[in-house]
Amino acid sequence: MNSEILGTILIFLATLLLAYPLGKYIAKVFEGEKNITNFLNPVERFFFRICGINPNESMNWKQFLKAMLTINMLWLVYAFFALIFQDKLPLNPDGNPGQTPDLAFNTAISFLVNCNLQHYSGESGLTYFTQLFVITFLQFVSAATGIAMLVGLLNAFKEKTTQNLGNFWNYFVKSITRILLPLSIVVAIILAFNGTPTSFDGKDTIITLQGDTVQVARGPAAGMIAIKQLGTNGGGWFGVNSSHPLENPNYITNAVETISILLIPIALVFALGFYLNKRKLAKVIFGVMTFLFVIFCAINIYYETKGNPAIDKLGIAQTAGSMEGKEVRLGAAATALWSVATTSTSNGSVNGMHDSLTPLSGGVVLLDMMINALYGGVGVGILNYFIFIIIAVFISGLMVGRTPEFMGHKVEAREVKIAALITLLSAFLIKGFTALAAYMVAHHPDIAWQVKPGAWLNNPSYHGFSEMLYEFTSANANNGSGFEGLGDNNVFWNVTTGIVLLMGRFLPIIAPIAIAGILAKKKFIPESPGTLRTDSGTFGVMTLAVILILTALSYLPALALGPIAEFFSL
Amino acid sequence: MTQNKRSIKLFDPALVGTAIGQSFTKLNPWLMIKNPVMFTVEIGTIIMLVVSLYQLFTGDNSQGALWYNITIFFILLLTVLFANFAEALAEARGKAQAESLRKTREDTPAKKINAGTSGMNDYKTVASSLLRKGDFFICEPGDIIPMDGEIVEGIATIDESAITGESAPVIRESGGDKSSVTGGTKVLSDRIKVKVTTEPGESFLDKMIALVEGASRQKTPNEIALTILLAAFTLIFIIVCVTLKPFADYANTPITIAAFISLFVCLIPTTIGGLLSAIGIAGMDRALRANVIAKSGKAVETAGDIDVLLLDKTGTITIGNRKATNFYPANGIDKTAFIDACTLSSLADHTPEGKSIVELAGANAVNFNTTNAIFIDFTAETRSSGVDLADGRRIRKGAFDSIKNIVTKAGNSFPEETAESVKAISSNGGTPLVVSQNEKILGVIELQDIIKPGIQERFERLRKMGVKTVMVTGDNPLTAKFIAEKAGVDDFIAEAKPEDKMNYIRREQESGKLVAMMGDGTNDAPALAQADVGVAMNSGTAAAKEAGNMVDLDNDPTKLIEIVEIGKQLLITRGTLTTFSIANDVAKYFAIVPALFIASIPALQSLNIMGLYSPESAILAAVIFNAIIIPMLIPLALKGVAYKPIGASALLRRNLLIYGVGGVIVPFIGIKLIDMLLGLFM
Repeated sequence: MNSEILGTILIFLATLLLAYPLGKYIAKVFEGEKNITNFLNPVERFFFRICGINPNESMNWKQFLKAMLTINMLWLVYAFFALIFQDKLPLNPDGNPGQTPDLAFNTAISFLVNCNLQHYSGESGLTYFTQLFVITFLQFVSAATGIAMLVGLLNAFKEKTTQNLGNFWNYFVKSITRILLPLSIVVAIILAFNGTPTSFDGKDTIITLQGDTVQVARGPAAGMIAIKQLGTNGGGWFGVNSSHPLENPNYITNAVETISILLIPIALVFALGFYLNKRKLAKVIFGVMTFLFVIFCAINIYYETKGNPAIDKLGIAQTAGSMEGKEVRLGAAATALWSVATTSTSNGSVNGMHDSLTPLSGGVVLLDMMINALYGGVGVGILNYFIFIIIAVFISGLMVGRTPEFMGHKVEAREVKIAALITLLSAFLIKGFTALAAYMVAHHPDIAWQVKPGAWLNNPSYHGFSEMLYEFTSANANNGSGFEGLGDNNVFWNVTTGIVLLMGRFLPIIAPIAIAGILAKKKFIPESPGTLRTDSGTFGVMTLAVILILTALSYLPALALGPIAEFFSL
Repeated sequence: MTQNKRSIKLFDPALVGTAIGQSFTKLNPWLMIKNPVMFTVEIGTIIMLVVSLYQLFTGDNSQGALWYNITIFFILLLTVLFANFAEALAEARGKAQAESLRKTREDTPAKKINAGTSGMNDYKTVASSLLRKGDFFICEPGDIIPMDGEIVEGIATIDESAITGESAPVIRESGGDKSSVTGGTKVLSDRIKVKVTTEPGESFLDKMIALVEGASRQKTPNEIALTILLAAFTLIFIIVCVTLKPFADYANTPITIAAFISLFVCLIPTTIGGLLSAIGIAGMDRALRANVIAKSGKAVETAGDIDVLLLDKTGTITIGNRKATNFYPANGIDKTAFIDACTLSSLADHTPEGKSIVELAGANAVNFNTTNAIFIDFTAETRSSGVDLADGRRIRKGAFDSIKNIVTKAGNSFPEETAESVKAISSNGGTPLVVSQNEKILGVIELQDIIKPGIQERFERLRKMGVKTVMVTGDNPLTAKFIAEKAGVDDFIAEAKPEDKMNYIRREQESGKLVAMMGDGTNDAPALAQADVGVAMNSGTAAAKEAGNMVDLDNDPTKLIEIVEIGKQLLITRGTLTTFSIANDVAKYFAIVPALFIASIPALQSLNIMGLYSPESAILAAVIFNAIIIPMLIPLALKGVAYKPIGASALLRRNLLIYGVGGVIVPFIGIKLIDMLLGLFM
């Protein structure tokens, strides 16, 4: 048991050791400084030339957002139709059918927004073509979109007063060529050597020891799994994600995949410090995020390795911890770490079933997604954190008797309004839609839908409630993991989560960029002894308090009815 | 401090009476809607009234016991009334202040000079309300000045105690920067002719009264931003409460309307919502009590953000005026002759410096023959003054460079040893006054400044607040530097001309700083208008008062320091009470959430960490706590949270500890105590 816990600690420390230099490198890439991947310059120039892009053209915040939204819309349309007609497209050795329109709607949005909520199973729901040219493609571009938006945000604070957020296309292309592709290649090679399939052949047939004939799905999976982890996408090749023995064969691949989940999100926090030359600020942000992350990990590791109290009551020993829904080759602690890492970063891949987590761990992963800013999704995690900073800056500015300011710009009514709306948005999406689902289950369980609401939930009572709450929380956080145990491939869930996904992705990107753009235009106020420093530990504590109180206040009743009630009932 | 004379007890019975009456008037939904947080509470109150009435007439008990619903209704009504009371009390206090000022200017007889005449004798007594801008009136000893105005003729001692509370009379005279008189003050001696500068109802006092009466009170930018944030919190809790209904349906838990509304009212930030406008009004009121009339609440708020403070040296940093302390004749000049020349040149010089020269010389003016002498006044351009005597002697005294200019222009040299004395005096913080006769140097007079005791501590305090102090002086750079260092200011503008101030302000503003300054003269008007916070002295000219956004009735140049603190206090009070209000919610959740679900989910009893008596008592205790915390915090809201200049981070830590951590803990104790009390009756 101790070596399992030691393993999780080592994985986390290794992540930090790798993230720091990576952060430095990322800052160099976007500053245009000399670095080891400069040999790729001609490749990027080629792309820019054929696309007619001037990578040095400056964009204000509105142009920056417009570029991002336009290209995203294009991808959405492409993905939607490719999924519907995948049965008529090449690379379909297993003869899988096209997706229904509502499933294609959900899947296209889900991968476009970096969420990867999967209401299908990869083995039967997709073809190799859509796996590669829709799913994997979107996994790269959605992650790159997030990184590019973050660089735009940082540019707002790089100069004293500016309208220029840089060039979206430039950051977008470089995010792929300089960061995502090289890292994915490394991870994919490690996975391939450990047994993850990388083949275009269709299903294989084996005869098990019991003598049954079993079809084993295969495919060019290793590359997709690499970007799924690195780009905080989370959508697996196989239905059961990284708990599948071919998607995550052994402890080494598990360690590599866990590191890949956290690597870029953490590196981006460090990159912020290097890029803005405000390392202390980066340290404070990193400190707050890590503080909560470590606490969450500790809770989950404790409860998962301790085992299920209901089984204890039966007098059955659980030396390996709570192993329901977990893989014996990975162990309870590794799954506990993964569960927090994947929900912190809006990744959503799993190496064990979250439905089977003990109640409090289930509550932690929910809370983690409700906050959605502990490292967070690539790029967007810091955008989410930025909203918390604005609210913390505002309240603490008042508390020290000065009109609040962030990075030398006054935070006034307009910015507070936008930040407040975004805080409101997630509460509205998560609770509003969960309430709708709960209403349907409670009052219209037998309505004549394709799947009756009464048949949605595999578990009754609190756990069933958690399943619904989890689904919308995951959609809003663009996380993509599921509590599963939920009948979610039907019109109701496909459409509602699709809407939540779109709103939960783009509004929280638009808002921070808008705030940053508005702030950057304002007069720069040099720091004085009366200025509240945002790179101080005190301010870090303030942000932490804002994060905890805002989240607790918005979601406590819902959590009380789900995981908390379940916890006290066991 | 003089403001003590005008302090009003926090809960003065008369004011409390008015405020209670007002609390009911303010229940009008059209007035309530301006405060979104309390408006939603009012809606909740009305719903509970409807529920209670429905139950009373139908006897339908599905929504809980009748007494319980009626109790909730009354507590909610009290919550709204308490919030209204806070605002009304703040307004009443402001009004009382304004009223005491207004009393002084109720129709007094005015001796209006008949139009078209220029003398001071042709007048007719009319009511002061009939005076219009541009009219002239005269005042004689014992008269109450009927209207704000500017003296155009004469000099008088005036008792301004009605406005400032300061009993020592002040001198006001025509011309110069002390020509302004305020309606309601009393002339003690001499006779003056005054030009009316404001229309009735538009004087500063009238504006101030309108502001505190709330009619024209505009929300300040920070107040608007905070209102938005609080509205967002309110919306979040609307979502929490609305979605709770289907959640509860799913869990098969019936929740009464009373419980829903109680949960909602407890969660929304009623504490700060109820006190927000009271805090704003109280800020203006505090400014008024410091004898500062702010033209808007925004000006007070901006004062808290000030980065740079421009202060005149004279009167602010140094006591009054410089005094002559020494005569240094040039080589070969007889000391007595030099002193005589100094005296002659100063006889007609009524500046305090000039008088002090005569004083130091110990001369008797009668001994000097000044018949047919022409006196030359000091101007900012020549920066020298003097006398042309009938015997042909031309004596000049003035700043080193201006006299040097005169001397060298005439082809004479400037003696070495005088230049050295000039330097020596300057570097000692004195002001050298060079004296010449017929374009030849006679010698130097040393003038010395006396720095006000305690001023260093005040500047130190400002520095800790993050405010940079700048001394403005007409002195030469050497003198200025010496005094600046001694007094502890951060920067100085030496040999300042009016436009230098203006340029300095512009430069600082361009680099993003907020600048405050104090001034009185017409010269200062452009700079006062340019500064983010311009405080005009009440004794100053009408132009200066018009240009600034505050008027200091005490004419106290160090008042800016108090104004900055009042501004900061205003923001801090809002910030800390917001934090307190939101931190309170944690305990309220622990009281109400278990109470809501305990019947159907007994396991949630574990969340009842306070061990509250019953679900009903828990909800009642939370709502009661929520209501009574408002009046309990009224004193804090009106007095303001103390500002300590200990640096931003330390201040944040302190306030976070007191109002954040305190805000989490206090309601746990409060709710438990109320619940224990309720337990005795239930």
